[in-house]
Amino acid sequence: MAKSLDINVHHLTRVEGHGNIVVRASDGKVEKCVLEIVETPRVFESMIEGLRWRDTSLLTCRICGICSVAHTTASILATDEAFGLELSPESLTLRKLLMYAEVLQSHVLHVYFLAAPDAFGAPSVIPLASSHPEVVKRALKLKKLANYTCAVLCGRHVHPISLVPGGFTYVPPKKGLVELKQLYADARADIEATVETISGVLDKFPSFEREREDISLVRDDEYAIYNGELKSSKAGQIDHRDYLEFIKEKCVEHSTSKHVYNVEESFAVGALSRFNNNSAQLNEFGVAAAKALGLEAPCHNPYLNNVAQVVEAAHAYQEAVNCLDELIAADLTEEKLAPNVVPKAGRGVGATEAPRGLLIHDYTYDENGVCTEANCIIPTGMNLGNIDRDMQKYVPEVIEDRSQDQIEHDLEMLVRAYDPCISCSVHLLKVDWV
Amino acid sequence: MAESKPTISFHDFTSCEGCQLQVLNCEDELLDILGAVDIVEFREAIDDKADSYDVAFIEGAFTRESDRKRLETIRSKAGIVVALGACACTGGLNVLKNFRGLEKSMKTVYGDSADWYETSQALPVEAAIKVDYKVHGCPIPRQEFLEVVTSLLAGRTPRIPDHPVCVECKLRENECLYHKSQYCMGPLARAGCDAWCPSYGGRCYACRGLISDPNNQAAFDVLEEFGLTIDDVLTEFRLFNGVYDVSQPPTEARVEKQ
Ligand code: SF4
Ligand code: SF4
Ligand code: SF4
Repeated sequence: MAKSLDINVHHLTRVEGHGNIVVRASDGKVEKCVLEIVETPRVFESMIEGLRWRDTSLLTCRICGICSVAHTTASILATDEAFGLELSPESLTLRKLLMYAEVLQSHVLHVYFLAAPDAFGAPSVIPLASSHPEVVKRALKLKKLANYTCAVLCGRHVHPISLVPGGFTYVPPKKGLVELKQLYADARADIEATVETISGVLDKFPSFEREREDISLVRDDEYAIYNGELKSSKAGQIDHRDYLEFIKEKCVEHSTSKHVYNVEESFAVGALSRFNNNSAQLNEFGVAAAKALGLEAPCHNPYLNNVAQVVEAAHAYQEAVNCLDELIAADLTEEKLAPNVVPKAGRGVGATEAPRGLLIHDYTYDENGVCTEANCIIPTGMNLGNIDRDMQKYVPEVIEDRSQDQIEHDLEMLVRAYDPCISCSVHLLKVDWV
Repeated sequence: MAESKPTISFHDFTSCEGCQLQVLNCEDELLDILGAVDIVEFREAIDDKADSYDVAFIEGAFTRESDRKRLETIRSKAGIVVALGACACTGGLNVLKNFRGLEKSMKTVYGDSADWYETSQALPVEAAIKVDYKVHGCPIPRQEFLEVVTSLLAGRTPRIPDHPVCVECKLRENECLYHKSQYCMGPLARAGCDAWCPSYGGRCYACRGLISDPNNQAAFDVLEEFGLTIDDVLTEFRLFNGVYDVSQPPTEARVEKQ
């Protein structure tokens, strides 16, 4: 039976930012199948230019409130590199801990609030609060833990205060660190319960596969989150400063966010890509979670990005505990953390892993530390082309067997699985139009 | 009775969604709030769409003409409209782009494809519709959001402070940044954040806007003491308060100079 489809999901819910799914098919043939990005351009890149070094991260962390620590981190990594700043081991551990906390918070928020309702067949997390109160309470508890980590370390999670180039402007008190350690110890069971809850709904994720190119950071010594070099599952490894070799941008008319390509017409970034590229480096807790969830690399089912997020939440949890131990033993002082910044002319590239994937900030400063050129490449933007291609493969596969409503639901779930942050993605940066 | 619970909605325009996250960050109070009200729209978390709201919270700046209609619709459906965060209250840092020259901004980002996309000046929500209350900040302090929600539910006017951040900063016994030779906008900025930034070693950028009667002279005196002029601090001032001089847009030459 040949089938026609006319799907137009306007302002997709439960993703951050504004996007529409548009599918048109007639006689079983798909004519159009795209994720339209209708978010207002915020043109951050042009706003960064002209700012002084101490203000660049203040502006760019506001690209996204949910990945605020990652944006701040990418930004200050770029500034550190441009000025050649040395970081103390204590500052490094603090920065990493903040990144782990953000990964934990963002993944928990996404898995429980934005993706789980699909798995539980609820329209949103709110009815879940009465039907599965223990699940929602657990989610809030873990989220709060991650949030509180940021509050103790740098004042707040949404737009961190003391996280600056070269170090920290505030010394987290030992009392706070010890309290955090206790809270993390209490939360271990919640992470385990999260793994269990999600392993109970694995059959809700469609079994769809499309071979893909995964791009993430990579490091010799750890599962790369804070920084590293670039790795493509199809094109090997390159220096983070040469990111444009992997990430080639183009404007497309249906999206205020640019699309990217490399070896393939599109590639993927995010939890599943990191897992595919680096799963051998997960810590024990992460490995145990992957095993319980049956996730194995390489996995080419984009729906399982949610599962990879749970694995990473477990990994990040364990890493955070290790960082806390180090910091408590280290006796933080102002001397150890105080930023000592002397601006100079130069370019720096900050590459970090935001919860949603690879994030790059590239700044050039003049000798006064005023930014003269900026480029930021944001994970959701990189995934958009891949989302389109997944949808374009998925729809013909199911067009005969599933109803329009079912397909619409599957596609929404697919887009949500990528955890897209559409408001971020439209700040995709500058290509050199030479 | 479920039917008589007040209905609340959240809407977002041009923003980083950090203020909505701050709402979700009220982890301890969230379940109580959910018990006391019906959240009928929260795009980030809810699929439903509603016909009317007792209180509509709007996050984000008004940055394109085609959003005016959506704002008007929200206004017509809502009893009370609350602007949530700097983006909605003052345009927030989105206003910076107004100073860069819009065409230039779009070209910088999108190159020759700039014409495909619509954008215009970034403005506060108030530029399009009447706003009843404002929760300031970038991001909003949770405590102020809770104060506004509980007040509105109790039918009283929320208390929003109108004194400088310095007052809170002194109460927290922070060492004043001026003693460390750093410029801080605390004397001009609206309190209510418990001097958030100076308490973590950061300078206040007045993300909560300016107090209604700033002692400008005092601020100028301090600048003078540091040998700074208004031009020296203009970039920082504009990070969050560009809206205050939108009425007199600076000349292109001055923008270039920055
Ligand atoms: S006011 Fe700040 S935190 Fe709130 S939405 Fe705007 S940029 Fe984000
Ligand atoms: S640090 Fe800033 S806010 Fe605090 S007292 Fe000094 S000027 Fe005022
Ligand atoms: S201290 Fe100033 S910049 Fe920081 S939150 Fe308060 S008003 Fe905003």
